[in-house]
Amino acid sequence: MTTFIPGTSAEVHEIVRWAAAEETPLEVIGHGTKQGIGRPVQAEHTLDLSRLAGVTLYEPEELVLAARAGTPLAEVEALLARHGQRLAFEPMDYGPLLGGKAGRGTLGGVLGANLSGPRRIAAGAARDHILGIDAVSGRGEAFKSGGRVVKNVTGYDLSKGLAGSWGTLAVVTDLVFKVLPAAETERTLAIAGLDDAQAAAAMAEAMGSDGEVSGAAHLPEGVIGRFLDGGFSGGPRTVLRVEGFGPSVAYRVERLGRRMKAHGAVEVLEEAQSRRLWREIRDCRPFADGTDAPVWRVSMAPMAGHRMLDAFRRAAGANAYYDWQGGLLWLRMEAEPKAETLRTLIARCGGGHATLVRATPALRAAVSVFQPQPPALVALSARLKAQFDPRNILNPGRMAVA
Amino acid sequence: MSTPRMPELNAATLERREEIVADMRIIVPGEGVVESEAEMRAFESDGLTAYRQLPMVVVLPETVAQVSRILKYCHERNIRVVPRGSGTSLSGGALPLGDAVLLVMSRFNRILEIDFANRAVVAQPGVTNLGITRAVEHEGFYYAPDPSSQIACSIGGNVAENSGGVHCLKYGLTANNILGVEMVLMTGEVIRLGGKHLDAEGYDLLGLMTGSEGLLGVVTEVTVRILRKPETARAMLIGFPSSEQAGQCVAEIIAAGIVPAGMEMMDRPAIHAAEDFVHAGYPLDVEALLIVELDGPQAEVDHLIERVGEIARRNGATTSRVSNSEEERAAFWAGRKAAFPAVGRISPDYYCMDGTIPRKELPRVLAGMRTLSEKYGLRVANVFHAGDGNLHPLILYDANKPGELEKAEAFGADILRLCVRVGGVLTGEHGVGVEKRDLMPEMFTEEDLNQQMRVKCAFDPNHLLNPGKMFPQLHRCAELGRMHIHRGQMPFPDLERF
Ligand SMILES: Cc1cc2nc3c(=O)[nH]c(=O)nc-3n(C[C@H](O)[C@H](O)[C@H](O)COP(=O)(O)OP(=O)(O)OC[C@H]3O[C@@H](n4cnc5c(N)ncnc54)[C@H](O)[C@@H]3O)c2cc1C
Repeated sequence: MTTFIPGTSAEVHEIVRWAAAEETPLEVIGHGTKQGIGRPVQAEHTLDLSRLAGVTLYEPEELVLAARAGTPLAEVEALLARHGQRLAFEPMDYGPLLGGKAGRGTLGGVLGANLSGPRRIAAGAARDHILGIDAVSGRGEAFKSGGRVVKNVTGYDLSKGLAGSWGTLAVVTDLVFKVLPAAETERTLAIAGLDDAQAAAAMAEAMGSDGEVSGAAHLPEGVIGRFLDGGFSGGPRTVLRVEGFGPSVAYRVERLGRRMKAHGAVEVLEEAQSRRLWREIRDCRPFADGTDAPVWRVSMAPMAGHRMLDAFRRAAGANAYYDWQGGLLWLRMEAEPKAETLRTLIARCGGGHATLVRATPALRAAVSVFQPQPPALVALSARLKAQFDPRNILNPGRMAVA
Repeated sequence: MSTPRMPELNAATLERREEIVADMRIIVPGEGVVESEAEMRAFESDGLTAYRQLPMVVVLPETVAQVSRILKYCHERNIRVVPRGSGTSLSGGALPLGDAVLLVMSRFNRILEIDFANRAVVAQPGVTNLGITRAVEHEGFYYAPDPSSQIACSIGGNVAENSGGVHCLKYGLTANNILGVEMVLMTGEVIRLGGKHLDAEGYDLLGLMTGSEGLLGVVTEVTVRILRKPETARAMLIGFPSSEQAGQCVAEIIAAGIVPAGMEMMDRPAIHAAEDFVHAGYPLDVEALLIVELDGPQAEVDHLIERVGEIARRNGATTSRVSNSEEERAAFWAGRKAAFPAVGRISPDYYCMDGTIPRKELPRVLAGMRTLSEKYGLRVANVFHAGDGNLHPLILYDANKPGELEKAEAFGADILRLCVRVGGVLTGEHGVGVEKRDLMPEMFTEEDLNQQMRVKCAFDPNHLLNPGKMFPQLHRCAELGRMHIHRGQMPFPDLERF
């Protein structure tokens, strides 16, 4: 059992080449904040990228930032903030949910897990902002893809191909992300008293309006007390975020507020409260309860989410809330995960996928953490894996379906 | 005429041509098979008309089952297939091969579902880009990526090329605006990636598929995200005495946290050609003209117009106008939108390039282009997606003069090399195709290209789909799969921590 902690990409290259030759598996980690997601990896050695760190290029007026894979996300976000910019895809922090500390995690992990946040519905995920990568494949060969310009269609987009691959195709050593201006300010409209179906309708109307809403979530009765230290009193809230330049935000909040009154009583959260609320929604704070009770992250068509949940609740006890206009469901199970039931219902309600983002290692070895795929897709994915990592040395088994 | 080197014709396929055509007629009955030379002429090239080649046969299927059967048939008999949408590619992506079935998707022209609540449209791949917007605009929605070819190009072709448009700085490329596809693999297997939900699970095959130029599979259905039309849009027309000042103005707009809906630049030759053609009212005494469009809520647009105006003044703008009506906004754009045909009027032929550069390198690249223009004795006009650094130099030449096309091509290749040298790339939106295929080694090492080809091997190991495009050389997948093993000591024992 060896842990390699390389400081250069040449060292990473050498380690992976050696592991490929020896056919000895490596568990690839950054800060290890998301090690609890996926099937437990059985690897002889660990490749720890946390020392392969540092921002290598940042040109705010070109909207690009390049950094080594082990660069702390927090460092990148602080640097961007000093220049009035941000990663527009709002990468979530799994730390608290998985029983770790907040504010850790590396840039490599952001791509490997294809992180995003509430702004996913308006600005995309990590996959939409990655411009280029340098990586070492499981074959032990170094390659690059993409570049440092924001518009590029030269060759296959391998950078996107590595998004959400959980370190099973290649070890990324360097990344280039597109960055964007941070919003000058933000407010949140909170509509009181809607049930899940009414909330879905209200959110659809808001997202279909010209109010440029950058976050739409519904926080039902069962979770509402866990946001803003219990600052919301009495009943569910459907929340809509409006971001941008001051005059624009004031104007849109006013117009959207008038429109949303038809659905229920509307209150407006000022900037500080709004920022805090969306961080809590992003990081699944209501279920960051220090337990390892199963938590599902489900992605569906926005209008299908509440229908699925309604049916699921008849079969199992679950606490839940919605982001992404109702299309992202966070579910905390009272007892066992009920994977089969959940996935059958998702399929019946128009499709989507469910990831078991929190569970004990024993459960993760027994239940498919990631959504099982139809046979033709399983075969294609296996062929792709073999083209990058023919000897299965990178995070073996992590994405495997039980 | 310059003819690119294409894969050697498969004699065995050509020998069986009649049998193949007959079988295609069984799979696609009716009018769906075209085999006479006269009728196939319409398909001999795409938007890159310098390259022409008749296919072996043209097939226009109407159903997914037909596409699946055609591909399975061709797979089993080792017959090559070239997918084609509307044939507007500017890189020769849809250039036929003499021994291949040209699979034309234009009869897949129906919108299957409009879902306003989920802000999604499900369309067949032959629906035009603009056709999607047309189908939803009565409710105030639109599909954001807007290539200049949008009245003609197909959404399937957009997926294959990951097309962009003037609005992609703010709204993204095709890849950022599609939710899912249904596609057929070369084996005939039908698969679905994504849907109306976000972020398909497993590997991001949708991301790999977008921009794959018809080499990985045939798209038979696309689900796109539609957006609400912004409340308002206004454009500014700003003239500068030098391209450096215009470039600096662009940089400062972005640095001020403003992301305009569109930000286009034209150089003097392009301004003059456009103005002569459409009389848009462009200033003729400037070296560079910027069109900056701001869209969104009324209050925001008014606020930002002020700020952009200040930044322009600070950077030495000599003229500045703001559109005060939809007609005026359209007039500002008219010259830019007609830039290609306008250039077509001042030269018998033109050749459109598509490199992207880090924006700050613009002065250096423009100077380099002037030197190259003198060297080759050919004029060049520049239109430029200034916000994202995507250059469209238009090289003017006369194909009737012997040697000029070759000169124009060499000039174009030198421009792209220059783009790569300053940290840019070969193509921002038009794709590699046949045109830039042989320049790929300027940007990628052999190992980079091999790993890309291995992706191809996962989808189409026999290289039957659109071979001869994108890769300068196609290696056999068996060869690419071989591993060269160097056994040795465990590296860096000093790094051991446990
Ligand atoms: C005047 C003009 C202006 C243009 N402006 C722009 C612009 O602003 N931005 C931009 O990005 N591009 C632009 N283009 C380029 C071109 O329009 C785009 O690349 C477009 O997406 C091509 O679509 P198409 O349907 O014509 O595809 P085709 O030209 O038919 O094919 C293009 C490629 O896609 C593949 N393909 C087509 N359909 C499918 C399918 N169903 N499944 C799998 N593969 C398929 C083909 O094999 C080929 O490799 C312009 C072209 C012209 C002529």
